[in-house]
Amino acid sequence: MSTPHANPRHPERSERSRPAQSPRIPRCFVALLLGTIATGALAEDLLIRNATVLTITNGTLPNASVLVRNGKIAAVGANVTAPASARVIDATGKFVSPGIIDTHSHTAVEGSVNEVSLPNTGMVRIADALTNEDISAYRQLAGGTTMALVLHGSANAIGGQSQIVKWKWGRPISEWLVTGAPRTIKFALGENPKSANFRPPEGQARQYPATRMGVEEVIRKSFVDARDYLARWDEYEAKRKRNEAAIPPRRDLLMETMADILRGNIDVHAHSYRADEIVMLLNLADELGFKIRELQHVLEGYKVAPEIAAHGAGAGTFIDWWGYKAEAYDAIPYNVALMVRNGVLTSVNSDSDELARHLNHDMAKAMKYGGLTEDEALRLGTINAAKQLRLDNRLGSIEVGKDADLVIWTAHPLSTYARVDTTMIEGEIYFDRAEDLARREDMRREKEERLKKESK
Amino acid sequence: MKTRHPQRSEGSRTTRTRSCFVALLLSMTSASAFAQSTIPNNPGVKAAIAIRNATIHPVTSAPIANGTIVFANGVITAIGTNVPVPANATVIDGTGLSVYPGMIDSGSNVGLIEVDSVAGTVDTTELGDFNPNAQAAVAVNPHSELVPVTRVNGVTHVVSTPEGGIISGQSALIQLSGWTPPQMVVKAPAAMHIRFPRLRSAPLVDVPQDEEAEKERSKTYTRQLDRLRDTFRDAQAYAKAASARVQRVDRDLLLEALVPVVEGRVPVVMHANLAREIRAALAVADEFKLQVILSGAQDVARVVDEVKKRNIPVILGPILSLPSREDDPYDLRFTNAKTLHDAGIRFAIQTADAHNTRNLPYQAASCAAFGLPKEEALKAVTLYPAQIWGVADRLGSLETGKQANVIVTDGDPLEIRTNVHRVFIAGEEIDMDSRHTLLYKKFSNRPK
Repeated sequence: MSTPHANPRHPERSERSRPAQSPRIPRCFVALLLGTIATGALAEDLLIRNATVLTITNGTLPNASVLVRNGKIAAVGANVTAPASARVIDATGKFVSPGIIDTHSHTAVEGSVNEVSLPNTGMVRIADALTNEDISAYRQLAGGTTMALVLHGSANAIGGQSQIVKWKWGRPISEWLVTGAPRTIKFALGENPKSANFRPPEGQARQYPATRMGVEEVIRKSFVDARDYLARWDEYEAKRKRNEAAIPPRRDLLMETMADILRGNIDVHAHSYRADEIVMLLNLADELGFKIRELQHVLEGYKVAPEIAAHGAGAGTFIDWWGYKAEAYDAIPYNVALMVRNGVLTSVNSDSDELARHLNHDMAKAMKYGGLTEDEALRLGTINAAKQLRLDNRLGSIEVGKDADLVIWTAHPLSTYARVDTTMIEGEIYFDRAEDLARREDMRREKEERLKKESK
Repeated sequence: MKTRHPQRSEGSRTTRTRSCFVALLLSMTSASAFAQSTIPNNPGVKAAIAIRNATIHPVTSAPIANGTIVFANGVITAIGTNVPVPANATVIDGTGLSVYPGMIDSGSNVGLIEVDSVAGTVDTTELGDFNPNAQAAVAVNPHSELVPVTRVNGVTHVVSTPEGGIISGQSALIQLSGWTPPQMVVKAPAAMHIRFPRLRSAPLVDVPQDEEAEKERSKTYTRQLDRLRDTFRDAQAYAKAASARVQRVDRDLLLEALVPVVEGRVPVVMHANLAREIRAALAVADEFKLQVILSGAQDVARVVDEVKKRNIPVILGPILSLPSREDDPYDLRFTNAKTLHDAGIRFAIQTADAHNTRNLPYQAASCAAFGLPKEEALKAVTLYPAQIWGVADRLGSLETGKQANVIVTDGDPLEIRTNVHRVFIAGEEIDMDSRHTLLYKKFSNRPK
């Protein structure tokens, strides 16, 4: 229950009050009906032709084709030849883009996204709580979004390890996880980890920290402890090498995680709002010897864009949400443009099952607010996001050799009148509007029958 | 569950609501730092203006290429390809530009809220379930930062709407300029707002699992519905007693507020999303002969005949929101406008938002992406709301004799990439700055 001023719309709705699945029609039923259309088409080539192809990295190609083979992009351009056996999609008048990559999602998390109980819960992994039955994944495919970084919430200064997934609707969850993707972790600064807007459950004391000072201390102490932990292991190893009697230190999964951040094995994605806390974290990271891969939300990033660029951190943000809490009152839609102009690697992301299905709007807004070029705008949800996830060698643009995660739009995706016709991941079609429309009547009938059976 | 936040009431109200924190928002911050915009509200000058060589979109008629629009003293005096420009008029060259009427959001909280999490700045939601005497018109803040942020994108008017409870209160149609609330108010009350009781708080539950809980919900629903009907009956009796003038009647402000409603002089906006709620709301409207407007209405496609039969207008939105059932068509929210258009039912669009009421045109465009003709999408945020709210004599289109609510753009305002260059509200040219442009300028010039 929320008081009159809980804001369910703002981004952390999904983090704070993401509901459990209520009892209802078995989810497998819906999954079945809206299931993937892919039917083992991997063996044959697929040719999308006569399209305007937005390659992202090599400009916009009119009247071009994209050839897909074995889940990869095999050829792009005006003169692409395909074997006679290739399946052909005629995309005359349509636009093809890479799948949109959302670097901030809570979709497909079963139950709560926050392991609230400690200031640092870096040992937990969101991958352990993913479901392949969240209908939101399908809806996002229908909006051109093919993959996401699924994160913990922002209740703790260090929330847990995140997971990069593709929305392979209808496939087992194991197939959603992107193999070879970097490990990532969620940090959080500001009002949420200091519990500014939330009252603890009755009978429970407020949890530390309660200030931005405390948030800094939690992160600092975690890394200081991790350095000591590593030192204990180094001492142990040294003794062993000298054949001295040695007792191994006790293994600590949280400390292992923190140590892996220090070793550069885990990328930090940090929820942040205010300029002061952004600078605090960048300085702290420099001091303690780790990197911030991506600042998340980063609504006041425009105030300290030179500092962000100097650290080499990326920025992922929703473009025009503001005013839902005090630390979002200085959020401006020009944030993206100012960060880009200062050399910050910037993406637009959703933090919302709803926004995730029209991230193309947010890209267009970066042109409106601050005058990014069309190419710069398109990169925000594609190659820039892929770079932030360190997957730009495989994703984020239409280039030969990259994954065939492709979207066919009825109009230029930066137009508000654009609609998605087809979305594919690794060459398999996971959303097709014509199929979706055709299946609705079947679905209605089958649902009726099943409900009848159930009530017997 | 209550909310002051619109998306909750219109969109997420019907979506999943379990909280993973059993936690309540605290109001811990002072409101004093918020809502003191330094941008001029309006200049107070209704100059004679002529915009020439522009493509003019009157909305009520075909676009006029190389057209001229003239307005003075706040009123449009001429429009066409060959109209004389008065000698005293300031001439604006509109070459390459387009002229549209200002857009109207049929459901917003602009004016009633500044920062969601700061209770001192939130005036959307009274306590209790029955607040027919709560008036948005007396609480809108002319100096809210949201006012300039909204209007510089071409949204010149909003129906500022109270939230919460069952009878939430009276909305006000306001213009986004003016130095005092009365200067902003175009029409108040615009309507009485009823958040129609919901049989289930979780509409996803199609198969009841907990019979006891279901029974309890059902009881609550019946009780709420009974109370709503009792209240209308009381209002009818009160109206009768007051008009009979047999003896002096002690005034009851709550019932008094409902008299124009039960007398059919002020419309009731029934906020209802699921088909069964919509049907129940229509039944109550029938019973008390209310002048009703349906709002939210995500299931409207299932009740088209019932709505059509009664000739009821519908306020759709937020369009950019999720369907409430897992097995709803993914595009349910986008296609309702086309469904209503095809059925010949009058409709308008609301954002049910505050901070992003500026995105009203993109909500309309999303309907057009799914089959609504583009011209209809534009009408759903201009002419149709003016008609539904009973102000089409003044607002909603560019016609001689109408108020000069005029925006000058470099293209279709329903496209995000289009920029709004100038805004005139009631004939007065509005400052194009907002909190956002000022911060943008400040930090564009930050030394590195």
